[in-house]
Amino acid sequence: MTDPSTDATVPTAAPRLGRQCLVNAGLLALTLLAPLVAHLLGEAYYVNLATRIVLIAMAGVGLNLALGHGGMISFGHAAYFGVGGYVAGISAFHAFDGSLLLGLPGSDDMLVIWAVALAACGLLALAIGAVSLRTSGVYFIMITLAFAQMVYYFATSWPSYGGQDGLPIYLRNGLPLIDSQQPLSFFLVCFALLLAAMAITARLMGSRFGAALTMARLNETRLATAGISPYPIRLTAFVISAMITGLAGALYADLNGFVSPAMLSWHFSGELMVIVILGGVGRLFGPLAGAIVYVLMETLLGGLTEYWLFFLGLVLLGVVLFARQGVIGWLAGGTPHG
Amino acid sequence: MAEAVLAVEGLHKRFGALQATHDVSLTLRAGEIHALIGPNGAGKSTLIAQIAGSLRPDAGRILLAGHDITTLGVSARARLGLGRSFQVSSLAEPLSALGNVMIGAQARAGHSFRFWKPVARDARLLGPAREALERVHLGHRADTPVAALSHGERRQVEVACALVLEPRALLLDEPMAGLGPEGSARLTELLETLKHEVPILLIEHDMDAVFRLADRLSVLVDGRVIAHGDGEAIRRDPRVQAAYLGD
Amino acid sequence: MSATLLIEQLINGLQLGTMLFLMASGLTLVFGVMGLINLAHGSFYMVGAFVTAVTTASTGSFLLGLTAGSLAAAAAGAVVEVLVIRRLYHRSHLDQVLATFALILIFSEGTRWLFGSSPLWLSPPDWLAGSVALPGGARYPVYRLMILAVGVLISAGLYLLISHTRLGMRIRAGESDREMIGALGVDIRRLYTLVFALGAALAGLAGSLVGALQSVQVGMGEPVLILAFVVIVIGGIGSIKGALLGAILVGVVDTLGRVFLPALFGHFLPPSQAAGVGTALAAMLIYVLMAVILAFKPQGLFAAHD
Repeated sequence: MTDPSTDATVPTAAPRLGRQCLVNAGLLALTLLAPLVAHLLGEAYYVNLATRIVLIAMAGVGLNLALGHGGMISFGHAAYFGVGGYVAGISAFHAFDGSLLLGLPGSDDMLVIWAVALAACGLLALAIGAVSLRTSGVYFIMITLAFAQMVYYFATSWPSYGGQDGLPIYLRNGLPLIDSQQPLSFFLVCFALLLAAMAITARLMGSRFGAALTMARLNETRLATAGISPYPIRLTAFVISAMITGLAGALYADLNGFVSPAMLSWHFSGELMVIVILGGVGRLFGPLAGAIVYVLMETLLGGLTEYWLFFLGLVLLGVVLFARQGVIGWLAGGTPHG
Repeated sequence: MAEAVLAVEGLHKRFGALQATHDVSLTLRAGEIHALIGPNGAGKSTLIAQIAGSLRPDAGRILLAGHDITTLGVSARARLGLGRSFQVSSLAEPLSALGNVMIGAQARAGHSFRFWKPVARDARLLGPAREALERVHLGHRADTPVAALSHGERRQVEVACALVLEPRALLLDEPMAGLGPEGSARLTELLETLKHEVPILLIEHDMDAVFRLADRLSVLVDGRVIAHGDGEAIRRDPRVQAAYLGD
Repeated sequence: MSATLLIEQLINGLQLGTMLFLMASGLTLVFGVMGLINLAHGSFYMVGAFVTAVTTASTGSFLLGLTAGSLAAAAAGAVVEVLVIRRLYHRSHLDQVLATFALILIFSEGTRWLFGSSPLWLSPPDWLAGSVALPGGARYPVYRLMILAVGVLISAGLYLLISHTRLGMRIRAGESDREMIGALGVDIRRLYTLVFALGAALAGLAGSLVGALQSVQVGMGEPVLILAFVVIVIGGIGSIKGALLGAILVGVVDTLGRVFLPALFGHFLPPSQAAGVGTALAAMLIYVLMAVILAFKPQGLFAAHD
């Protein structure tokens, strides 16, 4: 077991930990050093590519909390990613033309945008989770997908913010004391937030809440019999998970200077799941490993053929059918759960 | 007569045309083991499910230490002091024995919406959990994953999971099932000492264990309690003999 | 709003409902019998439409095209079942989701590779091109009525197949007890392939019929797939009866909502806003319907699996 909440109580996991730590440290160093080198060489494209990896990894960290740690197979996390993105876009839109939304002015301050994105995604996930978590299994998968699709269709048919065409962010939103326009400093901000999201996940999974969530995944009956009701535990984890993914979405929109319904599409929900699985389900560094592999495949294969998703499909099929432990499992050994 | 810790009053449950529980009343008093026996299909599982809270009765009341718990869910009943074990083991296999017991200690120690302090060093959880494992003589296996435990050891862990809740009453559903003679004897011994701290409602097929342990017995046939009394009275009851030997 | 418009839209809704049923019945059968969640079901819809378009274009016969499309979808279904799906029956739902998501990527990008990104041309044959008068006087396209009729016929056929034939009996037995059906001496692997291919054929037929109304292009199956998910979640996963009811409910509510909600908002919002708000809310309507139904019946209207 590599579950953070149980490492301390399952000594058999110890021999694996050393190698896994090494792999994790290597991943972090790679993610941090590559854009630094790129920056020194003046290659802003590669700095932005690294930022993209970091943000997709952060969205994956969010999903991993629900999917890997909580056993909730959400096929609708694009909804939170996209809503986070739209918060950044809409806020910048109103700040740009000075108009009001529901009586409030827009803002081009990222701190404000992050707070609003966290709140909006938290509330949306509370509503969606409250209904979806009444069900389980295949129902949960399909319902989370359906609700995300509802948000998608709403965004495409609501005319005020670009509809199908999306909404540009003409000038990247700003931060106090930091020049967010500069690719490397924006990368570092995103990297720091990714680390924070991972640290929070680790701490959370080691806490009483994490122990309850782990038990909700492993054996719901045991949890209820112990006197803990699984539903509020799951719902809380689902909401936190959505908030992390939503924050990643807000940053992602700022990275691209653009937000569109594509961020809300079910393809992205699927890709995010693929990233979490590719990396290794329920592993703290799994989403980062998955995001690196995914974005590099997209960049390298996508450079070779327009139909790279065809090959991603083949790879994914191979991984699911024959190599279920993901990149971290392959590099570091041990068996994943779920 | 001591006041009943657990009281079931006039319980009814119907599934379509099948009356699974018919006007069942029984009590569990401090310091006793009350055994519930009956042939297969008598409605024991349905009755247990209603007492534990996973099934809602159509009519009747269930009282735990004087509180009406009839409409409460499983977890609320557990918090009020109803510990239970399952016919089929319900432990989280990848976790250690200690990890399984600690989740109960956690519920006992307050709510689970504590997001920061690591449980692995939480003395308020580790202490009671280890103690509960000691009480079922499994202290030395605390850190072993449940998947690596023997069948009998899992039964003991289940009992520890129930004990750590500091329950007012224990509901044990066929705890001897699948145990060899040695494991069975060990568990029998454990339950005998345990009943003085917490009364036990015991559902069991192993008749030797039942007659050795039970202070009182109730016999369930076709959803009704057809006989009630101590071991001797039950053994001699012609209705019980008919129910067990008649077919 | 006139009664004519209402009748016209009701027929449109029923027509969408029957097409959704063709999609949903396959999904729900595959889940009910094999316990599998199949995201790639929309790919068979697309395969059917593409083969129908190509065959119709080269032979000039729409009927031939339709037959070829359905058969090709069935064949694709059978091949996929034997190569991939078969390995997933005993896997977790997560594995099933990922593997069938991979299949979507393979099918969609493969089709784009073969046919390009621009839509193929498929139109109803001349003998179905006209329109007829509805009660109330409005004209309604014959082809759309034909789709509705085919949908009703296939639904009835499917019902008879499942409730009155040996194959149907085996399917129902497979739903309730996989061991038993094996003990009965039925070749369960062949049965599974057959059921999967049947579901794929129905999806392919739906894709071909609808393809002639809309456009035949990559990704056309995905919006329908998600509607079909909503249908079977509402109806109760695994239940054919639930799928039928859910399909008609979703078809009618979605169609009427899209027409009448913008009009409704026109009464108390300025026209420029009413269209936008109405359209946006209409797009959400069936999901709200699903949420409301689930709030009362978490397992859907006809829960087959508790």
